[in-house]
Amino acid sequence: MNTPIIETRDLHKWYSGVHALKGVSLKVDSGEAVGLVGDNGAGKSTLINILSGLHHQDSGDILVEGKPADIRSPRDAMRLGIETIYQYNSMVPLMTISRNVFIGREPLKWSIGGIGILDERKMREESVKAIADVDLHLRSPDALVGELSGGQRQGVAIARAMHFKSKVMILDEPTNHLSVKETAKVIGFVKGLKAQGVTSIFISHNMHHVFACCNRIVAMALGKVVLDKPAADTSIEEVSALL
Amino acid sequence: MRRLVKLAMQKPELASAMLLLVLVVLFQIRSEGVFLSVNNVRGFLGLLPETALVAVGVTLLMISGEFDLSVGSVFALMPMTMAVLVVAGWPFWAAVAVGLMLCAVIGFLNGWLTIRFDIPSFITTLGMLFMARSLTVVISGGFPPRIKPGEVPSWIFVGFVDEGGLIRASVLWFIAIAILISLLLSRTNFGNWVRATGGFLPAASAMGIPTGKVKIACFMICSVLAGFAGMIQSLRLNSFLPSIGEGMELQAVAAAVIGGTSLVGGVGSIIGGLIGAILIRVIDNGMVMSQIDSNWFKFAIGALTIFAVVGNAWLRRRGRAMKVETDK
Repeated sequence: MNTPIIETRDLHKWYSGVHALKGVSLKVDSGEAVGLVGDNGAGKSTLINILSGLHHQDSGDILVEGKPADIRSPRDAMRLGIETIYQYNSMVPLMTISRNVFIGREPLKWSIGGIGILDERKMREESVKAIADVDLHLRSPDALVGELSGGQRQGVAIARAMHFKSKVMILDEPTNHLSVKETAKVIGFVKGLKAQGVTSIFISHNMHHVFACCNRIVAMALGKVVLDKPAADTSIEEVSALL
Repeated sequence: MRRLVKLAMQKPELASAMLLLVLVVLFQIRSEGVFLSVNNVRGFLGLLPETALVAVGVTLLMISGEFDLSVGSVFALMPMTMAVLVVAGWPFWAAVAVGLMLCAVIGFLNGWLTIRFDIPSFITTLGMLFMARSLTVVISGGFPPRIKPGEVPSWIFVGFVDEGGLIRASVLWFIAIAILISLLLSRTNFGNWVRATGGFLPAASAMGIPTGKVKIACFMICSVLAGFAGMIQSLRLNSFLPSIGEGMELQAVAAAVIGGTSLVGGVGSIIGGLIGAILIRVIDNGMVMSQIDSNWFKFAIGALTIFAVVGNAWLRRRGRAMKVETDK
């Protein structure tokens, strides 16, 4: 069959004496929406931090589209098409939407040694388009991100990942601290990803949110994968019992 | 109209600029016209670029989320290094280059130590404040080096550029550098990284910005500007003293804060830092010209700093709370 878009083989990670990941092997196929659930300290965030380049595994391998990948920094991960949207928001509140969309990947009119003049018109136009593409309607790309609601911010973050043609989108607790309405909106965004063929890994400790938008459930407890089933073959009760 | 007012209220530079205008008028009246006389403006313009260049560097660094307390010492170390080398027979330009390079190295050390060992830059640069000052005295050997007037082409930096003898070259250098740094901050990807790094570090690093390198670059720019400003002052006075620039670090922080720069990073503008520096100089000079006991100078700067921060926070809140039509 198809090669998985992301595969981890026997990942281990220690944090100053704590064995946080105890041999995690996971395959994610292209186009899947995987829900990663687990209690606090189960190792979800550790796994995600390794995939997104914030930390490096102590042992084990990662394969992206069948090829071994050495992910050493967020930049490496993004280059491989893996984009992470964090619980605490990967946006700078005091900067405008268009500047946030292009943070670290700014289009330049010209440059010397990587530093150059921003193409601000392009940034504005493309961020408006990117945001409209995820069905989010905002007044102006010049508004500060700090003035947006939590759900809108997650929407902009998803729009950003879509704009840069990410293949895998990791959403780390994107519904935390959001109102019911906003949560529904974010779940809508995630469903939209599947429709556009983007693979997503949705992390949450809220089972209802995960079951609402994922077609496969992976549960972790104490650094190990304890359940891996299609969402249709399991239930909130079964997963909860394992955690 | 309301939208314009809202925008203006959220721009802290504007309030400072208005205060500046009021003070100029006030001092002009109180000094019976001496404040804006040619002689006074000449003196004012001689001193301004020196303070303002330091303020520009400190503002940039503060926006990236760090501090530099060593600028006052670097302000003295750079011209001392240059003068000692010139006296030892080095060509002027080589001595200038070595001096500026030394500043860059100090800036790099400030940044590298802060990032590598994850310590507050307040501490790193406090240490550097003492070390650089001490180094200045040591290399001077206790006797200020003497350079005869005309021995070095100091006119390039401090010579008068107009017939009337009002504007020195230093003013032009300063304007050019201020515009350059301002463009760097507002129009380039580097500026975007500086704001993101100071604005919200976790997001900046998660988006792959080399935040450590960005901060180190800001430390280096800040140190080089401080050294350059010190060189201008020493060339203008044609004396190379190990004691110049003392207390300058706090004046520069005050200038940045008065101009609306946040102490925690992410917020601020070069033009704000400039207005802050001009305000400080205007108050210093205006008080003397108005025959107010100049011992009140520090009191005035202190009060203004507190007032500016409180006022800016208030204006920003009021500005944000102001309702404007949001259709379209």
